[in-house]
Amino acid sequence: MYPAAFDYYRAASVDEAIKLLGQHPDAKLLAGGHSLLPLMKLRLAEPPALIDLARVPGLSGIKSSGDRIVIGATTTYHEVLTSDVIKSSLPMLAEAAAIVGDLQVRNRGTIGGSLAHADPASDMPAVILALDGQVKVVGPNGERTIGASDFFVDLFTTALQPGEVLTEVSIARPAAGTGMAYEKFAHPASGYAVVGVAAVAARDGSTVRVAITGAGPVAKRASAVEQALHGKQLAADAVKAASAHATDGMDLNGDIFASEQYRAHLAQVLTERALNRAVGNARG
Amino acid sequence: MAVTKLFGASVKRREDPRMITGRGSYTDDIHLAGTLSLAILRSPHAHARIRGIDVGRARGMPGVVAIYTGRDLQDKLAPVPCAWLPPNTDLKVPEYRAIAIDKARYVGDAVAAVVAEDRYAAQDAVDAIQVDYEVLPAIVEQEKATHDGAPQLYDSVPNNVAFHWVLNGGDVEGAFASADLVVSQTLLNQRLIPNAMEPRGAVASYNPGSGELTLWCTSQNPHIHRLLMSAVTGIPETRVRVISTDVGGGFGSKIPFYAGEMIASAISRDLGRPVKWTEDRRENYVATTHGRDHVDYVDVAARRDGTVTGLRVRTYANMGAYLSTAAPGVPTWLFGLILSGPYKIGAIGCEVFGVVTNTTPTDAYRGAGRPEATYILERMMDLVAGRLGMDPVDVRRKNFIPAGEFPYATPTGLLYDSGNYDGSLDRALEMVDYPGFRRRQEAARAQGRLLGIGFSTYVEVCGLAPSQAAGAMGFQGGLWESATVRVHPSGKVSVFTGSSPHGQGEETTFAQLVGDELGIPIDDVEIVHGDTGRIPFGMGTYGSRSVAVGGTALFKALGKVRDKASRLAAHLLEVSPDDIVFDQGRFHVKGAPDRVKTFPEVAGAAYLAWSMPPDMNPGLEETYFHDPSNNVFPFGTHVCEVEVDPETGKVAFQRYVAVDDVGRVINPMIVDGQVHGGIAQGLAQAVYEFAAYDDNGQLLSGSMMDYAVPDAAMLPTFEVERTETPTPVNPMGVKGAGETGTIASTPAVVNAIIDALSPYGIKHLDMPLTPERVWQAIQAREGR
Repeated sequence: MYPAAFDYYRAASVDEAIKLLGQHPDAKLLAGGHSLLPLMKLRLAEPPALIDLARVPGLSGIKSSGDRIVIGATTTYHEVLTSDVIKSSLPMLAEAAAIVGDLQVRNRGTIGGSLAHADPASDMPAVILALDGQVKVVGPNGERTIGASDFFVDLFTTALQPGEVLTEVSIARPAAGTGMAYEKFAHPASGYAVVGVAAVAARDGSTVRVAITGAGPVAKRASAVEQALHGKQLAADAVKAASAHATDGMDLNGDIFASEQYRAHLAQVLTERALNRAVGNARG
Repeated sequence: MAVTKLFGASVKRREDPRMITGRGSYTDDIHLAGTLSLAILRSPHAHARIRGIDVGRARGMPGVVAIYTGRDLQDKLAPVPCAWLPPNTDLKVPEYRAIAIDKARYVGDAVAAVVAEDRYAAQDAVDAIQVDYEVLPAIVEQEKATHDGAPQLYDSVPNNVAFHWVLNGGDVEGAFASADLVVSQTLLNQRLIPNAMEPRGAVASYNPGSGELTLWCTSQNPHIHRLLMSAVTGIPETRVRVISTDVGGGFGSKIPFYAGEMIASAISRDLGRPVKWTEDRRENYVATTHGRDHVDYVDVAARRDGTVTGLRVRTYANMGAYLSTAAPGVPTWLFGLILSGPYKIGAIGCEVFGVVTNTTPTDAYRGAGRPEATYILERMMDLVAGRLGMDPVDVRRKNFIPAGEFPYATPTGLLYDSGNYDGSLDRALEMVDYPGFRRRQEAARAQGRLLGIGFSTYVEVCGLAPSQAAGAMGFQGGLWESATVRVHPSGKVSVFTGSSPHGQGEETTFAQLVGDELGIPIDDVEIVHGDTGRIPFGMGTYGSRSVAVGGTALFKALGKVRDKASRLAAHLLEVSPDDIVFDQGRFHVKGAPDRVKTFPEVAGAAYLAWSMPPDMNPGLEETYFHDPSNNVFPFGTHVCEVEVDPETGKVAFQRYVAVDDVGRVINPMIVDGQVHGGIAQGLAQAVYEFAAYDDNGQLLSGSMMDYAVPDAAMLPTFEVERTETPTPVNPMGVKGAGETGTIASTPAVVNAIIDALSPYGIKHLDMPLTPERVWQAIQAREGR
């Protein structure tokens, strides 16, 4: 409960944050703090400095930009789950944000913080993967855009390079005829996903994207499921058969609550449920 | 006494406004000038020899005032005492030092203590202490710990067996020899972590001038803490004051006397400055006692008609690394005596091995021994029913002690006061529409859905007494309670109770008793507790004893006050005391209601003392020490309905019905609250909570991220009703309500889940019934 000493900087702009990161290479960026601060209080993380992004203007908010929806990095879960744009265009994102942590976490925690932290059991990575989102990062060498599938690399590891700041995530509006759903089996203590499965699908199989969090060290697309269903009618028996491949090629986690074997099984069950519900939700 | 308006009324808890607005005064809220922060370095190893401790770098860090190792405190503190010493058990109490000296014996054992000007500096210094450990093999499982060749914690405790307790009542061998059938089952009752909302803490302030130690600490029994603190420090009892007024829950974990408050006190005395120690949650998980942790081998002898004729239990109880204050009593007397439950079982045999292991010490946890016994009985009743193809309700009913047979002497030596077990079962069955449920269950099964119903019919022993029995059981204290009623000249009343509420609401229920007995408004009554500088010697709150024992002490003290006031009123009204009628706070002359003295008038007269009867002294204050003649025995029926998801193994709660009988009820709302909380905790043991160690003794469930204390959304709605069978043991007819929920609910939930899984042929699964455990069991059956 008593973190080691650290310096605190409040950045006024993304450029200043990048400059401060250059000066303090071991510093951590602070957004909502709901993942970082508990680690610091337990002294599992002892960063020498924090660079606070909370008051950087323009880093927060949700807007439509052409056929994409852009969400600023410091947008809170609460803002996401109450946004009309999100609820109407990306309902799965609102659905998932509504079951992240507890009220305090949803009021303070940010979508950018969650993605950059890449906790293996958090909800947002699976949702953004299934929505095929893109992450924008800005660093000393300028700006670049990273597809979600390339962004999540490993346990707590992303494609972010030293000195880079994640500034926004953008998601294409889903094509007509697609539906989406997020199925989460929450850990009874932490509330994190033991396994969470996000699915975006069209009944005719023209779109099938499935992403799984919690099962392994990093959230991943279930490509075997997607390939098995691509271009096919997503009838219940086909979905069931394909879901059996949910964790093909995936490393699995095991702990005192859920073994690797059980996580693999949950991934199959939740994949089937998410896909069936996504198809049921398909509109237009 | 006729029932008056406060007894039985759901008066809102008077303590709540200050507590829920953050204005309580908990230990960590005590801020004394010049206080030093104490942080404790705890062993990261479950079993390790301490070869050396280098505090050099830590000592030089900014803000650090002093660092103490076990050797530094060796002569300042006697070992941590054990205060329950069951006789005839070959008990061995190994030396338990507040700070380990040669060896650390569990992850969390104190190895050094730092005091610094603030908590951050203390933590920095703790991190800078270098300890040279020789890591030794650890042993975590109690039964394995008794095997030859297992790692030994102490030379003085061969095979790690600290005691072997045996209780036999009736002809156990004969019962099994003549049984139609014997049903055997091994039952694991897993380790739990108590999780009081307020972690433990201490503020110790030693005044070198007066030689007085004032200790604010999180205690359920401050006079016990005072007595033991005096014993370990050598400071006379008259010079130790322990204050535990607001305590944020305990569940038994704040009964024990711990190393933390000892270290804080010794250092305060050494430095002449106040010292504060407050656990964080992670420290609480290793440094505060755990509960349960039994391996029970159970055999039941029965007749073909379902009559249970004998019960035999062999238990391995995990005591952890040291024997905590009351620990040896929990898996023995508090467990074995109640193994008859509500059933007429002719012969009961129980033997218990108390085993030390490299784990956090265990001690009382809500129910303390009685949930373990009830779990055994209620699981076995279902197993017997299953074997005989009988309905679990019928087996229970067949074995109930009939309502006409009270007082009933169990073969284990208890004398049940009163009961009507069929009454609570009947009401519960009516509430759940049992035949209707079985029809719905059958229809659901046809659709592949798994519905289940589970019953638990239980008896609790609480209001533990009398003191003579405590002595016979080796409990190093009495089991009476005290109360002082001080009427002030204005007629306002202060009650000083030895009960020590820490969530039970006695500031309200006790005030209700005062209001009724003295006929004054509840707002004129203050209940003072938890401060040894203010209250008479008291035994504290645990074992659902506060109302039955402390409440009775208060009731009797109130009677003495009223008698004296009545005699004084008679004197003032110039009539015989026999001619005085007391009604609604007014003493009036029989047949002449206008010749009256109000209670405040009499109180004022007692202090003016201008005119007193010749044999009466001034003042209006009475004390009563009450030692009950017997325990009291609440009982009831809990019923749980579940649906299990066969795909994931997850349990959904459909319904929870509790019909308890706790005798007469002073405040129904508070009793409901106690029952709700108890059910939540007991249900949590069935499906959510478990403390897990790896083989090296590392606590894997070491935080609230891993240990699942349920929130409201994880619990069903509780439908709580009561029957009322007063006890003859005390004049108010009250029993106890603090633990019935945890005692009853665990087996009701497990039985419901096993019932839901019965289509797979599953007869038993050990707790907790986590989704994976249920799913694996289904897989194993389906794979056949």
